[in-house]
Amino acid sequence: MTDIQTFDRLSALPATPPLAPKEAARDENVYTAKPWTLIWWRFRKHKLAVVSLGFMITLTLLAIFADFMSPYLPGTFNKLNTFAPPSVVRVIHDGQLQRPFIYPMKRTRDMETARVIYQEDRTKVLPVRFFVEGETYNLLGLVETKTHFFGVDDRRQQINLLGTDSLGRDLFSRLLYGARVTLSAGLVGVAFSFVLGLALGAVSGYYGGWLDSGIQRLMEFIRSIPTIPLWMGLAAALPIAWDPLFVYVLITVILSLIGWTHLARVVRGRFFSLKTEDYVLAARLSGASEYRIVTKHMLPAMTSYIIASLTLAVPEMILGETALSFLGLGLRPPVVSWGVLLQDAQNLRSISLAPWLLAPGVAVVLVVLAFNFIGDGLRDAADPYGQ
Amino acid sequence: MLGYIVRRLMWAIPTLAFVSFISFVIIQLPPGDFVTAYVAQLRNGGEYITDMQEALLREDYGLNDPLLVQYWRWISNILFYGDFGRSLEWNAPVSELIWERLALTLVLSTISLVFTWIIAIPVGVYSATRQYSAFDYIFTVFGFLGKGIPDFLLALILMWVAFIWMNLDVGGLVSPQFEGKPWDFDKIVNMLSHIWIPLVVLATGGAAGLIRVMRANMLDELRKPYVETAYAQGFGERTVVWRYPVRVALNPFISTVGWALPALFSGDVITAVVLNLPTTGPLLLQALKMQDMYLAGSFILILSVFTVIGTVLSDILLALSDPRIRFS
Repeated sequence: MTDIQTFDRLSALPATPPLAPKEAARDENVYTAKPWTLIWWRFRKHKLAVVSLGFMITLTLLAIFADFMSPYLPGTFNKLNTFAPPSVVRVIHDGQLQRPFIYPMKRTRDMETARVIYQEDRTKVLPVRFFVEGETYNLLGLVETKTHFFGVDDRRQQINLLGTDSLGRDLFSRLLYGARVTLSAGLVGVAFSFVLGLALGAVSGYYGGWLDSGIQRLMEFIRSIPTIPLWMGLAAALPIAWDPLFVYVLITVILSLIGWTHLARVVRGRFFSLKTEDYVLAARLSGASEYRIVTKHMLPAMTSYIIASLTLAVPEMILGETALSFLGLGLRPPVVSWGVLLQDAQNLRSISLAPWLLAPGVAVVLVVLAFNFIGDGLRDAADPYGQ
Repeated sequence: MLGYIVRRLMWAIPTLAFVSFISFVIIQLPPGDFVTAYVAQLRNGGEYITDMQEALLREDYGLNDPLLVQYWRWISNILFYGDFGRSLEWNAPVSELIWERLALTLVLSTISLVFTWIIAIPVGVYSATRQYSAFDYIFTVFGFLGKGIPDFLLALILMWVAFIWMNLDVGGLVSPQFEGKPWDFDKIVNMLSHIWIPLVVLATGGAAGLIRVMRANMLDELRKPYVETAYAQGFGERTVVWRYPVRVALNPFISTVGWALPALFSGDVITAVVLNLPTTGPLLLQALKMQDMYLAGSFILILSVFTVIGTVLSDILLALSDPRIRFS
C-alpha cells in the first residue's frame, strides 16, 4: 500500500528542477547510492555512535603513538614522587591569563602519621611545553628519538595528568601504553572468535541436519559452563614462567573460546533465512559451486550484520581481559594493561588514599560504552534497504 | 508435556557427564600438580623437603595414576557416595568446605535475580509504553552504564563511597565481631547492612541488559494488531499492556533464566573477591591458584550443574508459558 502511494507522489512530481533545494537532490541520491553509502547515512543519524566512533579513533591513535604522546616511559619510577595527585593544568596565574601551566608540587610529610603530603606551590609557574626532550624511546620501533609531545622543562618536577602510583610511575603514560594491550587483546580475541564463529556458524546454517544439531549442542554445552570460573580455570593453567607475549596470545584465545558462540548464532540465523532466498536458488540453478554461493552471494549479504555483532563482541573481550588481569590470572606485570593497572586499586586503602588509581577503570567503562554505541548504530544501519 | 520434560531431562545427562569431565581436565591442565605447589609453599615457609618426600606425597594422593583413573575415582565417589574427595590444601573433605559457601552464593544469586526482575520488567514496560519520554532516556542511560561498568569496578566504587561518605565498614558479609558466631537477630541486622552492596552490584549488571531486552521486545509487540484489537474492545491501557504484550515479551526472559544463573555466578566470583564475601568466588580462586584439584573441580562441576538445571528449568517454564513450544 505504501509503495503505491510513494509511486503516485513521485510520478506526480515534475522532474527535479535544476535549482532544486539540497533536500530533493538528496532524495534522488537515495535510489542510486551504493549500499555502503546508505549504511553510512543511516549510521550518521545515531549521534552517540558517531561521537563514539570519533572517540575510539582518537584513542586508537593515542595508543599507537603512545610513546610519543606520553610524557614518560611506563616503567620509569620515581621514589620521590609516589602517590602524587593529578597535576591540574591551569591558564590563570595571579589573575592574569597565561599559556597553560602547572604549579610545582611540594612534598612534605605529616609529622604525626609520617604520610606523604603534596601541596601546590602557588608562587612558581611551570609552563607546559610541547615537543620537549625527554627519555629516549623508539618511535614505532623504528626511529630512536627523545621528543615527547608534551611535558615540563624541569629536572625535579613532573607533569602527571592522572597522578602517579605507589612507585611514582606516571599513570597517564601507563594508561596510554595499557590501551595498546587492552584494545588489541579485544581485537585479536574477536578476530579468533570471528574465524571460529563464521566457519562453524556457516557450516551449521548452510548444511543443517545432524551437523547443525551437533554444533548447536556444542554451543549449548559451552554456554552452560559459567564463564568466569571457566576462564579462571584455563587462565590458571598458564604457567607464570612463560613469555608474557605468549601468555597474552593464549589469554585472547581463551577469551574467544567462549565468545565465538554468539557470533556463530548470528551467522547461523542469517544463513538459515538467506538459504531460501530467490537469488541463492538462481545462483544454484546457474551452476555455481557451493563455495562460490557462500562466499560470493551469501556472505556479502550479511557483512554488515557480522560487523555489527563483532563490534558488540569487543567490549565483552575487553571486560574479560580486565577481569582476569584484575584477579591476577590474566596478564601480569611488567606487561601494562588496564586490568593490570587496576590491580593497584584492589583494596579500599589504596583507593581512599589515591582515588586516581581508578582512572583505568573509567577508561574501561568509556571504551566499553563506545563500542556498545558503535555496535548499536551499526546494527540499526546494517540493513540499509529496510524501511 | 510430560514427554517434553522427559526428553529435555534426558538431554541434560550427557551434557552433565561432559561438563564433569571437562572441569576435571581443566584442573589438570597446568604443568605440575598440587604437590608441586604445596611443596613450593612449604619450602618458601622454610621447611626442608626432599625429593623423596615429594614423591611419597604424590603417591599418597594418587597423583601418579593416569588421568582417566583419577577422573573415575573422583566421579564415581561423587555419584555413588556423594563424596567430593578431600581438599588437599585444607586437608578436609570438600563437601565440608563448599556447601555453606555454595548455599550463600545461591541465596545471593537468587535474591539478586529476583531484584533484577523486579527492576527490569516494570522499567522495561514503562520505557516501551512511554518511548522517548524523559524517564525512558534516564533508564536508557542507566542501562548502558550498567552494561559498561565492570562488576568489580562498581563494587570498588560503592565500597569507597560507603566508606568515605557513610562511614560504613563494608567488605565481608558481617562485621568482624560477628564472625563465627551463631545466627541471631543482631547478626542478621548486621548482615543486612553489608549485603546491599553485592546485591546492588549483581542486580545492576543484570537489570541493565534486561531492561534493554524488555524494552525492545515490548516495542515489537506493541505495534502488533492484537494490541489494537484489545484497545478496540474497550480495555484500559493497564489491562491491555499487562495482559497481552507483556506475556509475549517475557518469553525471551524465561528462555534465558538458565543463562542468568551462570552469569550471576560469574559476576559473583569477582564481586566476592573484591568485597571479601564468604561465597564460592574467593575459595575457587585460591583453589585454582593452588591447583587444589578436587576442590576446584567440584566447584566448577557444581556451578555447571546448577547452570544445566537452570537451563532445563527455563525450558520447562517456557513450554508452560507458551503453548506454541509445547506442541511443536
